[in-house]
Amino acid sequence: MSDPILTVSGLGKRFGGFVALADIELQVERGERLGLIGPNGSGKSTLVNCLCGTLRNETGKVAFDGRVLDGLPAYKRIRMGLARSFQLPRPFASLTLAENLRVPILYATGGQGRGVDVERRCGDLLQMVSLAEKAQKLPGDLTQIEMRKLELARAMASDPRLLIADEAMAGLSPGEVDDILALLIRLNEQGVTIIMIEHIMRAVLAFSQRLVVLVAGRKIADGDPQDVVRQPDVVEAYLGS
Amino acid sequence: MRNWSFVSVLVLVAFATFFGTKMVGNSYAFFAGYVVLQYVVLATAWNILGGYTGYVNFGTAAFFALGAYSTVVLHKTLPELPLPLMIAVGGVVSGAVGLGTGYLTLRLRGTFFSIATLAMAVVMQTLITNWSFVGGARGVYVIRPDESPIFDGDYIEYLFLLMLALSVIAVAVARAIEHSRLGYGFAAIRDDELAAEASGVPTLRLKLIATALSGGFMGMAGAPLPYYVTYLDPSSGFSLSYAVNTIAMPLIGGTSSWLGPVLGAVLLGTLQQAATVTISSALSLLIVGVLLVVFVIVAPKGIIGWFRR
Ligand SMILES: Nc1ncnc2c1ncn2[C@@H]1O[C@H](COP(=O)(O)OP(=O)(O)O)[C@@H](O)[C@H]1O
Ligand SMILES: [Mg+2]
Repeated sequence: MSDPILTVSGLGKRFGGFVALADIELQVERGERLGLIGPNGSGKSTLVNCLCGTLRNETGKVAFDGRVLDGLPAYKRIRMGLARSFQLPRPFASLTLAENLRVPILYATGGQGRGVDVERRCGDLLQMVSLAEKAQKLPGDLTQIEMRKLELARAMASDPRLLIADEAMAGLSPGEVDDILALLIRLNEQGVTIIMIEHIMRAVLAFSQRLVVLVAGRKIADGDPQDVVRQPDVVEAYLGS
Repeated sequence: MRNWSFVSVLVLVAFATFFGTKMVGNSYAFFAGYVVLQYVVLATAWNILGGYTGYVNFGTAAFFALGAYSTVVLHKTLPELPLPLMIAVGGVVSGAVGLGTGYLTLRLRGTFFSIATLAMAVVMQTLITNWSFVGGARGVYVIRPDESPIFDGDYIEYLFLLMLALSVIAVAVARAIEHSRLGYGFAAIRDDELAAEASGVPTLRLKLIATALSGGFMGMAGAPLPYYVTYLDPSSGFSLSYAVNTIAMPLIGGTSSWLGPVLGAVLLGTLQQAATVTISSALSLLIVGVLLVVFVIVAPKGIIGWFRR
């Protein structure tokens, strides 16, 4: 078996005196579908931020594709193929939907150099998240839910090898959850490794080949989803009440 | 429109402007037109940083005056150098200073960046004021030749023509940026820097490119100034009105595209020139103030934004 695509060791992050993450150990295999769950405030998004270079972790290290990422700025990480969607969508407000996707296509994939048909790729991506007919609209015209889809499409636009979807399904109707789920699984079948952060247990369980649980900045479980959700401390900390 | 056909149209407009001004048959038209064109360049330059990337620069006067003072230095050391080359040198000097200030200040966001550029202007003015070689606080006289060196006409017509050419170049560059890879990177920075970085945009590098370009064009706009005014001192070269006008013009015209600063500069610049002749020069800042207030209330996205609604 080949070496993991992502290796996190001893990762720690503080905000002032508050320990947001401590001693995180995590490996993700190539082509894997990993679910990451945990109560609100347990540090999931902070972990994503540390992996993608949006925040700096004080301790530990992150290796992507065999390369240690210490100190590498976010834009270089996404160029290596490490992409994420933001939990609270952060669209480029003055750009149309198509132009929103154009930015990562131009900057993260070297799309221009490789002669990719940028226009067409924008259209295809918007089609995937069923926003094609709004290509020329501004993000301000979208609903919260459409904004999440745009956020996901923008993360996919960079042609990532590892995609982290941070609560991309929150607020979606069951039908829409299924659409996004199918989309992520299709992407995974094309070889993209995916980490899915999600509260909707139905989706997490349908998607994940392995489940990791964070509670109060620590990893308390890591393994087969069905086993993990039966683990007493997980039930108590997360699924309980 | 493709970039090259756009440039052709610009050149045609420029020629029409030149011959139109000549038909007025009065050298005052060239003196006034020069100032308007100078503001076309300044406003366009300001907008490359302020409008495209969203970083508001209060230090226009410093970049502008540095261009002017680099010409003073060249005038005293290499008086034979043709003015277009002096303009190029002024652009390089101010562009380099833009790059340097950018490197020191672009890690600051929003208002802090703006205050830093203001501080930079004060420091530059102090340095120039204490540099006796360029006249220090007393100022310096520069003799303006009588004749245009390249065609039959007054030197002011030559200065006008140079500023016209500079306007064409600045506007063409600004427009070319807009729909280029660079332009999308700038817009992403303006909208959300964190998301831009997460989309692969090297934000610091792009901001440095914007400051260098913006500063460079401001320096080029200032480079012919000593020959225009013939007497230059720090308080007029670094005048606050350059900074104020250069911010007001894009805001009035609209910051989202190249046309905004051009419209703003032509409108405000012409009004100011007219007021200076007919009433008093003290009126010009008042005009800016009133127009700004009106636009902030009636058309917060400028003239362009008004028509695109
Ligand atoms: N930039 C920040 N500054 C201070 N505290 C933060 C910051 N970002 C997150 N936190 C805190 O870190 C903890 C983990 O947050 P987060 O990673 O967003 O949790 P999750 O995504 O699991 O809901 C929370 O208590 C949150 O308040
Ligand atoms: Mg979160």
